[in-house]
Amino acid sequence: MSNEEKAAVATGEELRIGVFVCDCGSNIAGTVDTAAVTEYAETLPNVVAVVRNRYTCADPGQNEIKKAIREYDLNRVVVASCTPLMHEPTFRACVAGEGLNPYLMEMANLREHCSWVHGNDKEGATAKAKDLVKSAVARAAQLQAREETRVPVTQAALVVGGGVAGIQTSLDLAEAGYQVYLVEKEPSIGGIMAALDKTYPTMDCSI
Amino acid sequence: MAYSEVEEVDGYVGNFKVKVRKKARYVREEDCNSCAECAEVCPVVVPDEFQMGLSSRKAVYLPFPQAVPASYIIDMEACLGTNPIACGKCEEACEKVCIDYDMKDEIFELEVGVVVVATGMDVYDPTELDEYCYTRYDNVITSMEFERLICAGGATEGHFVRPSDRDVPQRIAFIQCVGSRNNAGDKGNRYCSNICCMNTVKDTLLLRDHYPDCECTVFYVDIRAFGKGFEDLYMRSREEGVKYIRGLPGEIRQDPETKNLFLTAENTLTGEVREYEFDAVVLSVGVIPRRDSALVKKLLSLSTTGDGFYMEAHPKLKPVDTPTRGVYICGCSESPKDVKDSVTQASAAAARAMTILNAGHVTVEAITAAIDPALCTGCGLCAKVCPFNAVEVDKEKKTAWVVSAMCMGCGNCGATCNQGAVTMGHFTDDQYYAQIDALLDEDAADKVFTFACNWCSYAGADNAGISRIQYPASPRLVRTMCSARVTEDFVLYAFVKGAPVVLVSGCHFADCHYIDANRQTVKRVYRLWDKLEKLGIRPERLQLEWISAAEGQKFARVMRGLEEMRQQVTAEEVEHTKKVLAEEWEKKLAREAKRKKKAEADESRDEVQVS
Repeated sequence: MSNEEKAAVATGEELRIGVFVCDCGSNIAGTVDTAAVTEYAETLPNVVAVVRNRYTCADPGQNEIKKAIREYDLNRVVVASCTPLMHEPTFRACVAGEGLNPYLMEMANLREHCSWVHGNDKEGATAKAKDLVKSAVARAAQLQAREETRVPVTQAALVVGGGVAGIQTSLDLAEAGYQVYLVEKEPSIGGIMAALDKTYPTMDCSI
Repeated sequence: MAYSEVEEVDGYVGNFKVKVRKKARYVREEDCNSCAECAEVCPVVVPDEFQMGLSSRKAVYLPFPQAVPASYIIDMEACLGTNPIACGKCEEACEKVCIDYDMKDEIFELEVGVVVVATGMDVYDPTELDEYCYTRYDNVITSMEFERLICAGGATEGHFVRPSDRDVPQRIAFIQCVGSRNNAGDKGNRYCSNICCMNTVKDTLLLRDHYPDCECTVFYVDIRAFGKGFEDLYMRSREEGVKYIRGLPGEIRQDPETKNLFLTAENTLTGEVREYEFDAVVLSVGVIPRRDSALVKKLLSLSTTGDGFYMEAHPKLKPVDTPTRGVYICGCSESPKDVKDSVTQASAAAARAMTILNAGHVTVEAITAAIDPALCTGCGLCAKVCPFNAVEVDKEKKTAWVVSAMCMGCGNCGATCNQGAVTMGHFTDDQYYAQIDALLDEDAADKVFTFACNWCSYAGADNAGISRIQYPASPRLVRTMCSARVTEDFVLYAFVKGAPVVLVSGCHFADCHYIDANRQTVKRVYRLWDKLEKLGIRPERLQLEWISAAEGQKFARVMRGLEEMRQQVTAEEVEHTKKVLAEEWEKKLAREAKRKKKAEADESRDEVQVS
């Protein structure tokens, strides 16, 4: 644990976790008993608010999250909906909009990893969904606010290879006003294209 | 900077430091006006590589007439030398005094924010294919040699002659897929080289244009004319009377007298097997990754796909990004492609590079590693396994630290550190233990505990979902950025908690999104298997699988298999495991507590000394 994180824990901030269970229309609710999951989430440690939504990613769903952050003074958010590979940026931006550090948001994947793959086993899917929410809440309790670092960018580009691709990249970057270093291994630029006679499909000269 | 090579790359996105060697040309390029007087007096004649060895050049030469820079160069391997008795003729002939036999290589140090890799391709060498007798029969040539023979600026000024007697051949065969689409995988490559079909279509039209009476026959597997205007060109070739025969010749024989060539092939559309006679055969050779691509790969921490070309960060959404931020790929270094696609991709790479340049700064996702100096012993193990060279170690001061901008957050260092000194931002050990507890506190015996890497296996599970591929509801997944984040302790703890089966899954071995971090995954799993066996626990209960983001079917299949395995794990087995490992776990906790105490003692001692 880094020193800043130690400091955050040391402040002994009370955990206030909000859980947002998504029906995703019938995508999740068609298989997983989301009402039961919602009820279950209320029993989990540090959870102070649970909201069930039809579509959490849509504006009304996101507004519910924002509203709950304000009303319940939430400092951790768990969204139990779909894969974070798709909507993590969405919900991070959502909580950040309400002043919560985006790294304090956690997701439980009830759709791709649960309802969509256990359609024939509603009981099993619901039990799994509860576990996934429990796991996300447990992780959320351990999450720490994190700051992204900003690094300056040197205003120059290196292009390795002076064939037609390297030449085009170099020209584009140079035209945009950046310093470009084009490094070519051979004594002349041109690459393979310079050795061709004509090019298809228009049969024009290659060089 | 022509005739130059990148030798070293240091730094990270936005702040790369690059060392470039500009090799000596022995001709001052800023003064040379390509008058050619040096080459006229040069007595050395060597094969001209630009013309594929079909004609010759001098030791001092211009690579080709339109070369940029338009400067001569001395091939020092061939040059007779500077001693006037030996030669020195070019120096005498050069009025502009640009010849400098003593020229040295120069080293340039550049600072750049982004790097675009456009290192191109090499051409497949068909010599290894015995059946086509390339280099054994004079009149079997490659498509690259064809280019230099049909080109007005080529070795024969555009007269297409066959090498054996310099006659214009009347009957010309083209053989497709030479070195490509070989599923046997013994010679050549499995992949389609993309350009050869259309290149041959073009070649047949060039021949028909130059020699309207010539007969062209193309032996092919499929003609892949998928691009804009491609089908039209293919149809034009057919309308011109070019014969297309679906089937590749099994062998080529040569008439020793005439040097004509006989091909035996089955037309797979008609089932007819027959022998054909030709005056010349052109092998439509495929594209291969550059033979020196491993060098650039190492310099820039790139990855390659199974075919050896550089790997993109995402096959659809980040096709010109690489796993190393600030480094982009384009052209044939990424995959075989034609001129238009290379240019398109080159502009895409330039645009992606400009997003960073134009912003003027980059933000680094806060999932990087941090090292606690109080616990670090400076052993350097973490630096050794870091795929991005992001850890710096001071052996004297016995400490190490992470350069955040270079760290991609794979967690390999965290799983490697014996001292518990590494904290992975946003993916801490405590967070993982909390998840393992949550998932296995109740009914652990019913669950298959799974670690899945973010990029491939977790995405592969998503793919199963998107494709609605059904599997049993027993798996409980925990996401790690890389499978190399999974420490041996995480796995043991899952067993302590009563997991009947544990799976560690990641990207395919060669396709790790953190270059080669998952090599460490394999090492750890092997160590765990050893350990479990020694403790009398069936090692099969720990499984390792490579599942890519596209392999939803495989994910589901693996899960079905693991569910079967779970059902065979007995309650006694689980109890035994819990008991044996709980003892181990207690020992581990005691060790950690001791270490922590010592670190704290050291820290307070330091403080006392300071005060």
